[in-house]
Amino acid sequence: MEWEAVIGCEVHCELSTKTKVFCPCEVRFGAEPNTLVCPVCLGMPGTLPVLNEQALVYAMRAAHALHCTVATHTKFDRKNYFYPDLPKGYQISQYDLPLSKVGWIDIGPPDRRKRIGITRVHLEEDTGKLLHEGADGESFLDMNRCGTPLIEIVSDPDLRTPDETFDYLKELRTTLLALGISDCNMEEGSLRCEPNVSIRPKGQAAFGTKTEIKNLNSFKNVRDALVYELERQRKLIESGGKVVQETLLWDAARGVTATMRSKESAHDYRYFPEPDLPPLNLSQQFIHDVLWSLPELPAVKRERYQRELGLPYYDSDVLVQEPEVARYFEETMNAGAPAKEASNWVMGEVLREAKDRKVEVGALPVTPARLAALIALVLGGTISVQAGREVFREMAATGGDPATIVEKKGLVQISDESALQSAVERAIAAHPQAAADVRAGKEKAMGAIVGAVMKETKGRANPKLASDLVRRTLGVS
Amino acid sequence: MTTAPLHRLSALAVRDAVARGEVRASDVAEDVLGRIHGLDSKVRAFLRLDEDGARASAKAVDAKVAAKKPLGRLAGVTVAVKDVLCTRGVETTCASKILRGFVPPYDAHVVERLRAEDAILVGKTNLDEFAMGSSTENSAFHVTANPWDLSRVPGGSSGGSAAAIAADFAHLALGTDTGGSIRQPAALCGMTGLKPTYGRVSRYGLIAFASSLDQIGPMTGDVRDAALLLSVIAGRDARDSTSQPAPVPDYLASIEDGVKGFRLGVPREYFPESIQPAVRDRVRDAIDVYERLGAEIVDVSLPHTDYGIAAYYIVATSEASSNLARYDGVQYGIRADGARSLVEMTSRTRTQGFGPEVTRRILLGTYCLSSGYYDAYYLKGLRIRTLLRRDFDSAFAKVDAILCPTSPIPAFKIGEKVSDPLSMYLCDVFSVTANLAGIPGISIPCGFTAERLPVGLQVLGKPLGEETILRVARAYERETDWHLQRPPLD
Amino acid sequence: MIRDEEVRHIAHLARLELSEPDLARAARELGSILDYVKKLEAVDTADVEPEIHAVSISNVYRKDEPRPSLPRDEALAPAPSHDDKYFRVPKVIE
Repeated sequence: MEWEAVIGCEVHCELSTKTKVFCPCEVRFGAEPNTLVCPVCLGMPGTLPVLNEQALVYAMRAAHALHCTVATHTKFDRKNYFYPDLPKGYQISQYDLPLSKVGWIDIGPPDRRKRIGITRVHLEEDTGKLLHEGADGESFLDMNRCGTPLIEIVSDPDLRTPDETFDYLKELRTTLLALGISDCNMEEGSLRCEPNVSIRPKGQAAFGTKTEIKNLNSFKNVRDALVYELERQRKLIESGGKVVQETLLWDAARGVTATMRSKESAHDYRYFPEPDLPPLNLSQQFIHDVLWSLPELPAVKRERYQRELGLPYYDSDVLVQEPEVARYFEETMNAGAPAKEASNWVMGEVLREAKDRKVEVGALPVTPARLAALIALVLGGTISVQAGREVFREMAATGGDPATIVEKKGLVQISDESALQSAVERAIAAHPQAAADVRAGKEKAMGAIVGAVMKETKGRANPKLASDLVRRTLGVS
Repeated sequence: MTTAPLHRLSALAVRDAVARGEVRASDVAEDVLGRIHGLDSKVRAFLRLDEDGARASAKAVDAKVAAKKPLGRLAGVTVAVKDVLCTRGVETTCASKILRGFVPPYDAHVVERLRAEDAILVGKTNLDEFAMGSSTENSAFHVTANPWDLSRVPGGSSGGSAAAIAADFAHLALGTDTGGSIRQPAALCGMTGLKPTYGRVSRYGLIAFASSLDQIGPMTGDVRDAALLLSVIAGRDARDSTSQPAPVPDYLASIEDGVKGFRLGVPREYFPESIQPAVRDRVRDAIDVYERLGAEIVDVSLPHTDYGIAAYYIVATSEASSNLARYDGVQYGIRADGARSLVEMTSRTRTQGFGPEVTRRILLGTYCLSSGYYDAYYLKGLRIRTLLRRDFDSAFAKVDAILCPTSPIPAFKIGEKVSDPLSMYLCDVFSVTANLAGIPGISIPCGFTAERLPVGLQVLGKPLGEETILRVARAYERETDWHLQRPPLD
Repeated sequence: MIRDEEVRHIAHLARLELSEPDLARAARELGSILDYVKKLEAVDTADVEPEIHAVSISNVYRKDEPRPSLPRDEALAPAPSHDDKYFRVPKVIE
């Protein structure tokens, strides 16, 4: 039988506001444990939450970017359950009147573009962190994260394959990054994904029993876990078993999903309206102000790069992944570099250099203006592409100006015929067979001769001029 | 200069005498602490005293007087604080074992305001555990006696604060009122207690029982002192999202202006057959006084009154079941020993830490919110709440304030009702409606029963109508001397 | 009326351990309160909105401006078990 997967995703994204969602403690990853806490986020008796307006605005940005309808009337609810990382015994979340509902996001390259429905986007608070390293039968509790603003993004069960899920998460991350509302760092837990998955015979409308997978800290983990879990469910059903609705933990080391034992199977969260927070009546004006303040979204940017700049889809996709990269690219272009040249350099040298140095592209010593100057030197024939790469490496190391580096290193391209003619003649003499082949019309043989010219001139020869001279000297045109 | 002992003076009189340099704040503090030492073994109004803190505050006031520095509005005035209000550096327990040893690293907003006005905080008063009860018998630590009859309860849950005022253990006290917890003990102890409009006073630092109903209010020897204390504690606080931004009037400014021309409503539903005749008669007498003072007495109807208790116990316990989830033995309070797992640690801590009434209400509230019952109980309760609020809206379209009894019965015997929770709940019939509707109410003494137990008159007002109800209450108080009478303690 | 089973479930949700006699008593007490509350069924509330808040305040916000947190020792001090960095709890078995 042919099976079909039905996958939905619950994504939690920590917002990068300065302060927590309901108290003025600073939000910062990596601080000393329990140093970013106050009576409010510790849930001490008598304390009360007060909503951070910026967290609301950030959540609205996400809702708008995902084409959701932002509610004019929304409120907070309490989700009641006991766990040590939840100090009040309830999480302030949103239940029946979420901030926004019913949106979509397009995923995948043009040949497999697909629209994925977004069920809702709502605002809530993060929990503390329970660390299980305690050797002496105890766990440690760090409450710094507790109260960090979190948005929950729930997708419709529209995803059909692990690859699609990967594409969905990638597009979601790119979009959230572009909004400037989160650093979306999966390793640090600021972006967390909990897919739910079931299978059904292809063509069947009814859903199968789904499982939920947790403990996924990279997109690759998500894909691997889904592949494993789909296979597990298929084998189970084909051998006459039944899938149990449960929460599973992904064990990345062993590559398997395992049942979570400690949490109760049947939850009764007893949601009810949070009496400590008045409801929100958001005006159309406010909602639209946030909409108008959105930056250009990656999907739009991608389209624009293709339509207006004539870039291929591949380029446009690479460039829009991180807002910093897109900004770098556009600044390079604004400084005079042609789009495709700028794109090639950014996708190639710039991204490689940033990756090697483990920094954002914006932090590279090479500014977009200098990159544009370098591109101009190459395009103007002052230096060869090969020399250009060398200059780039030097610029990245020293922060220098390309013209100075070219000068200092003597990399100016030889574009003077008389200066190249003798090298061309020596190259032809050294490669008689190639010379014969060129004369016989075998264009491919040019490479060996021109290569020899380049070698002799240490790459400084203008390759086009060298080719022309070789042809002229051999009497072919 | 007055000849009455310092503990007998009104807060206004103390403040003025201290400001004039006629009395030293330290002498006030010593006089009051001395009285507590002499008599609180009979009443047991306090859970703990902060004598060092009180003496230090008094000294600071005296130094300000000597240096001619500006004085706060409560300079030299002693204040007793219900032990649901957080006090920085002073243990705060809610009269619960589960919070034993909890020393908050912050003051409640109202406590900050008291300190800012140079008040002398003498100690923390007893209450029903987590403010759940109407007799103060639910305290995990001890029972408080009614100063008018030591074999009887002071009412609750602010029984300690009420008894402290009745016994002159402090000039002012703070109570909290979720379903009558200020007004009912005020009535039973023959003193003044005011529950402000919901949101009038910041709840920051008030350990929550039912968040949408809780309010902090003054408990005092007379109406003018209640106005003074309300002026100090009322107003918007950025740390309480439900606190109201409306400006705070000077509640003393119009307090003597009388009730001539006022329309005062008397709701027929507040005089049922079940009410004790002595209570009914004293309240009727008080209504006659108002008529004599030139007010027009208007018959009004609040048709959903009879549903108040049921709606209240649903809403209050639902919220409480969630508010009290934080006591899990992790970050503060006690933790049960010997648990082998996390669930066991939490369950044992809570089972050992909570008393029977708190346990009962957590169970009831959990039930009302649980899957399958939410609509039938919690939502139904909130819909009834809407109807009760509308009842008051219609009545207040016709009248300036409403007059009615505070409690259907006077102080009852200690132990009389502990075995029957429902009969205890029914005592709140005239008080819970104001909390559900969010309106202000004040209880003032209006006479005694044949056994010389105080009876309370309740004046209810429109939202933010504190000025009006204080004025109405003061008009009656001026004509009578019930508030000047003292229990035979000495 | 409320069955012992239901009380047991509710008690577990609320993390309360009830002995058998306590359970039976709680069922009795809750039963009588719930019977009393049944009187609300007589009120037609089909067209009545539930009121969560007694007063109509809305849109209360705080600016995104950090304020100092508690010194760590003050944050940890009220806890029944802690070291100089963390709160401590019995191990959670995953």
